[in-house]
Amino acid sequence: MTKQIVVPFGPQHPVLPEPIHLDLVLEDETVVDAIPTIGYVHRGLEKLVEKREFTEYVFIAERICGICSYIHSNTYCECIEQIMGIEVPDRAQYLRTIWSEYSRMHSHLLWLGLFADSMGFESVFMNAWRLREHLLDDMESTTGGRVIQGVCKVGGVRKDIAPEKLDEMLKGLKGIERELQDLTTVFLDDSSIKNRLVGVGRLSCEDAYQLGAVGPTARGSGVDIDLRSTGYAAYGKINFKPVVEHGGDCYARCAVRAKELFTSIDIIEQCIRKIPDGPVDVKVTGAPDGEFFARSEQPRGEVIHYVKGNGKKNLVRHRVRTPTFTNIPPLVTLLKGVELADVPVVVLTIDPCIGCAER
Amino acid sequence: MALFQMTKTVIKSLFSRPATLMYPVNVAKKTANTRGHVKIDPAKCITCKMCQRKCPTQAIEVDNKERTWQIDQMRCVVCSICVETCPTKCLTMDNQYRPAMTARGGIEKFTVAGPKKKEPAPADGAKPKETKE
Repeated sequence: MTKQIVVPFGPQHPVLPEPIHLDLVLEDETVVDAIPTIGYVHRGLEKLVEKREFTEYVFIAERICGICSYIHSNTYCECIEQIMGIEVPDRAQYLRTIWSEYSRMHSHLLWLGLFADSMGFESVFMNAWRLREHLLDDMESTTGGRVIQGVCKVGGVRKDIAPEKLDEMLKGLKGIERELQDLTTVFLDDSSIKNRLVGVGRLSCEDAYQLGAVGPTARGSGVDIDLRSTGYAAYGKINFKPVVEHGGDCYARCAVRAKELFTSIDIIEQCIRKIPDGPVDVKVTGAPDGEFFARSEQPRGEVIHYVKGNGKKNLVRHRVRTPTFTNIPPLVTLLKGVELADVPVVVLTIDPCIGCAER
Repeated sequence: MALFQMTKTVIKSLFSRPATLMYPVNVAKKTANTRGHVKIDPAKCITCKMCQRKCPTQAIEVDNKERTWQIDQMRCVVCSICVETCPTKCLTMDNQYRPAMTARGGIEKFTVAGPKKKEPAPADGAKPKETKE
């Protein structure tokens, strides 16, 4: 029998943007088990809900994550609105959808860049981030923030987008779409990338479902779950098809993210064409009394916000189940049987966002 | 196929201007909406404490006896809620980021005019006074 050794991976590792620790049990060069440890960036944001008014907590909810920030605030607001029975104006719903998709695109481009970097493909990394910058510029000019938008509030949104700006965004997206075609062709067709990814870290459809994988990790294995299909915000009025790949390997997960960029562009275009005129917010009076679970689709998968209030300004409980947290059990399964040299690539394919997972 | 795609991108990058800016020699691009940092017009502040109550990070401290308005720029997350709630619009959002610091600090204290009922805003009451830790 081969001798087993344990190699620590992280919390500080060149491919990891955030700290997660994995103890890799190796036999020769093959990983036979992985033991994850989290707890390096816990901030106690859920507890803070007892100390802040529910309207101000939106800004804290947004700061759970630095990349998928907007959708956190959107989901939290949806919870409060459902408890208090607030009807959000249509225009606000469409604006929320537009910003959600922008944030998904910038997150996916960030990931594609980091992923290319982890394989040593520096020029693709630079190009992905160059394109991401255009999206961040649009976000900054419409919301005021590059990655922390702070534009969602209970009862609507804080800023409106002028029709001229919407046209400008539409034109900008056309240009970005052309450049994205060039970029994603490299990810999907390049032989060196294929050699590195195809067949590595395979997760079967049953495993993905049983272990509770969400987002691109699940869709890469053929599980057709996309929370946007449930029609929250304005998604119910938009035609789109979730991207599902059946390979289950690293290449499939990469392909899902690359193709979702175009779905996002399509959704934004539809939103801009259909957006109605009208107010963007309603006045909120009183305080939430009750509880609600809201689910929405983040770049990394399904996020669940649970909010409980007792009729006072401060909420009683706020619980967030983030996509990375649910994707850790699939990650452990993915790692079993891969070579040590493939571990960084496999870990990155679930798009780990530890700041989210620990709150 | 893919090699050709990448070559196209590389050639395009070769003949186009750099995508990056020589910051800080060239000014970073900012839009009118950009949230940079909070500024106060001390002559208009009535020390109503609305900003202090609304601040999610408790960066603002208002003392209505001393008539001071204090912000900890290191705590401030630039969410702009104070600017929105200010009844006299004495708070504004500047679209330039505040300069980087090399030591702890960032507390800015201003003597403000105070409530209008008691006395009209004195012309010399608008003296910004900065204190450091």
